[in-house]
Amino acid sequence: MKRKGSPLTGVTSIALKEAADHMTSARMHLIMLLVLLTAIGAVYAAIGQIKTTTAQDDYLFLKLFTVAQQPLPSFSSFMGFLLPLLAIALGFDAVNGEFGRRTMSRILAQPIYRDAVLIGKFLGGLMVLAVALVTLWLLMVGLGILFLGLPPSGADVARGLVYLAATLFYTGVWLALALAFSTITRSPATSALASLSVWLIFTIFWQMITPLLASVISPINPYDPMTMLAQFNTQQGLARISPAILYGEIATMLLDPTSRSVGPIFMSQLQGALIGSPLPTMQSIKIIWPQIAGLIAGMLFMFTLAYVSFQRQEVRS
Amino acid sequence: MSRPVIEAVGLTKRYGKSTVVDGVNIAVDEGEIVGLLGPNGAGKTTTILMIIGLTEPSAGSVRVLDLDPLRDPLAVKAQVGYLPDAVGFYDGMTGLENLRYTARLGGIHPDEMDDRIMAALRQVHLDHVAGNRVGTYSRGMRQRLGLAELAMRQIRVAVLDEPTSGLDPRSTDELLDLIRAFAADGMTLLISSHMLDVVQSICTRVALFNQGKIGFMGSVEKFTNDVAGGSFQIDVAARKIDLSACTDVISAVGAVEHLDEEHWKVSATHDVRPELARLITGHGGDLLSLQAHRASLSEAYNRFFSQIEQ
Repeated sequence: MKRKGSPLTGVTSIALKEAADHMTSARMHLIMLLVLLTAIGAVYAAIGQIKTTTAQDDYLFLKLFTVAQQPLPSFSSFMGFLLPLLAIALGFDAVNGEFGRRTMSRILAQPIYRDAVLIGKFLGGLMVLAVALVTLWLLMVGLGILFLGLPPSGADVARGLVYLAATLFYTGVWLALALAFSTITRSPATSALASLSVWLIFTIFWQMITPLLASVISPINPYDPMTMLAQFNTQQGLARISPAILYGEIATMLLDPTSRSVGPIFMSQLQGALIGSPLPTMQSIKIIWPQIAGLIAGMLFMFTLAYVSFQRQEVRS
Repeated sequence: MSRPVIEAVGLTKRYGKSTVVDGVNIAVDEGEIVGLLGPNGAGKTTTILMIIGLTEPSAGSVRVLDLDPLRDPLAVKAQVGYLPDAVGFYDGMTGLENLRYTARLGGIHPDEMDDRIMAALRQVHLDHVAGNRVGTYSRGMRQRLGLAELAMRQIRVAVLDEPTSGLDPRSTDELLDLIRAFAADGMTLLISSHMLDVVQSICTRVALFNQGKIGFMGSVEKFTNDVAGGSFQIDVAARKIDLSACTDVISAVGAVEHLDEEHWKVSATHDVRPELARLITGHGGDLLSLQAHRASLSEAYNRFFSQIEQ
C-alpha cells in the first residue's frame, strides 16, 4: 500500500532538537570530559616519548596518535575504547525514553511519519558525535603543533582527515547499536546494560576469545604448515566481526605510513619492497578501504535493525 | 447533508487471539462532541489510535475528513489533533519550547509561530508560566498545555483520551470549560473517558464500549431513557401498602424496586409524585416521604453494565 507524503518530513526539526538536547545534557558533558582528559593524557605521554627517542623520525606528527608510553595506551587505542561509550550514552534511551516520558504518542500524532523520528534521532546523535570528534581532532593537532613545534604536512592532514571520517563511522556503529537496543527493550536501564555488554565483549574480550575459537574451528596439523595460515585467517576473520578491531586496523594503517598490510605477508610478497619506507596516502587508504566499508555496513545494519523493530512497534505501551 | 467528519465501519483490532475492538461503527458529524464511554480495557484507546492512524486495524475501514488515515496519514494528522492519556512533555524544556518543537514538526511558519503559541497559551491560561520548565508544571497544567498544542495547530478535529483522569475537581472544571470553548469555535471532538459526569455535561452524543463493542450510541438523554428505564427515579417511603403490586395503574411508571420493609425505588418517564401520593393514600397506606431526582448518567451506566454481566 503506497502512502502519501515524504517520510522525511520533520527529520531536520527532530535531528536539531536531539542534537541540542545532547549538547546540553550532563551525561554528554561528563563523558566528553573523560574522553578529553584521557586524550590529552595520551598525547602528552606520546610527546614525552617522541622527544626522548627519535628526534629525527619521519611522520612525527602522526606518531602523536599512535605512540604509547607505558602504562598508558596510545591515543588511537584510547579512542577505540572510549568513543563507543560516548555513542552509547547518546543512543541508549532514544526510543524507550520517549515511551517512558509518554511523549512518543504525542510526537507521532504530529503530521510526520515514524521514519522521521528514528532517522532524526540517529542523525542528531551523529551530528553531535561529529562535532565532538572534530573538536577533539583539532585539539590534538593544536597540541601537537604547540609541543612539537612543527606543522603537519599535507599528507599528515589527509591521513588525519580520513582517520577522522573512519572514527565517525566507528562511533556511528555504536550509536546505531544503542538505538537498536533502545527500540527492542522497554526500559532504558536494560538497553544501556545490553549496549555496554556488547561494548565490553568487543573492545576487551573478543581478542581473547577469537584465538580459542579459531583453534577449535581450524586446528593446526603439525605436518601441514598451511593449516597454520588457515588458523590465522580464521582467527582474523572472526576478530573482524568486532568493530573495535576493524577500527584498530584502520588506525594502524592510516596513522603509520610504514605499515603495509593488515593481514599475513609472505617473504615472496616483500621482494623488492623497501622495508620501513612509507606508502603513499592513497595506497594506505586503498588497503584499509574494506575495513572502512565494513564499519559503514555495520552502522547501516544496526540502524536497519532499529528501524524494522521501531516500525513494527505498537504506539500504545 | 455533508459526510461525517469521522466514519468508522466494522473497525476490528486483534492482538494474537484476543480481539480488543470488535466491529465498531462510529460516525461523528462536524461540530459534535462525542464521548466514548466504558471501563478500562474496553477498547476505547485502541479505537482512537485506529481512527487517527497510529495503529493499523485488523479489519474494517476508517475515513477521517474524507481521507484514509492509513494511506494519507500526514494530511489526516495535519487536521486532527490527539491528546494522549496522561500526555507527556519534555521536562527539561519550557512550555514555550515544547510547543515550538511541535509547531516545527507541524510545519507552522516560523514568522507566525510564536504569535500562535502565545495566543494558544493565553487561551488555556498558561501564558504566565510559558517560560518555566514543564518539569515544574502540575498535572492539570500539563493537560492544559496539551490543549494549547491542539489550539496552536488550529486543527478541525481533536481526539482526547481520558483528558480529565487524575485531575482534581477544580482542574477538571477548568479543562471542561476549555473543551467547551474549543467546541464553540467549531472544532469536532471525540473524548474517551470512564468518568461519566464529565461526559454527561459536555457531550452531544455518547458511545458505550463494552468488551470491544459499542453497546449503545446516542444522546445522553436517550441513553438514560432507554437504558435506565425512565429518566426519573423516585424514592418512596410508605407503610401499610405493597407498592410493587398496585403501581400498574400509572402508565408512566416503569420498574419498581422493593428496597426494604417500607422503602421503594420507582422509575418513571416523568415526575409521578402526585399520582403516587394519591395512589398510596387511596389504598389506605401511610405516606412517609417522596423524593424525585433525575437518573444520572452513572446510574444508567452502572445499570447498563450490570445488565450485560447478567
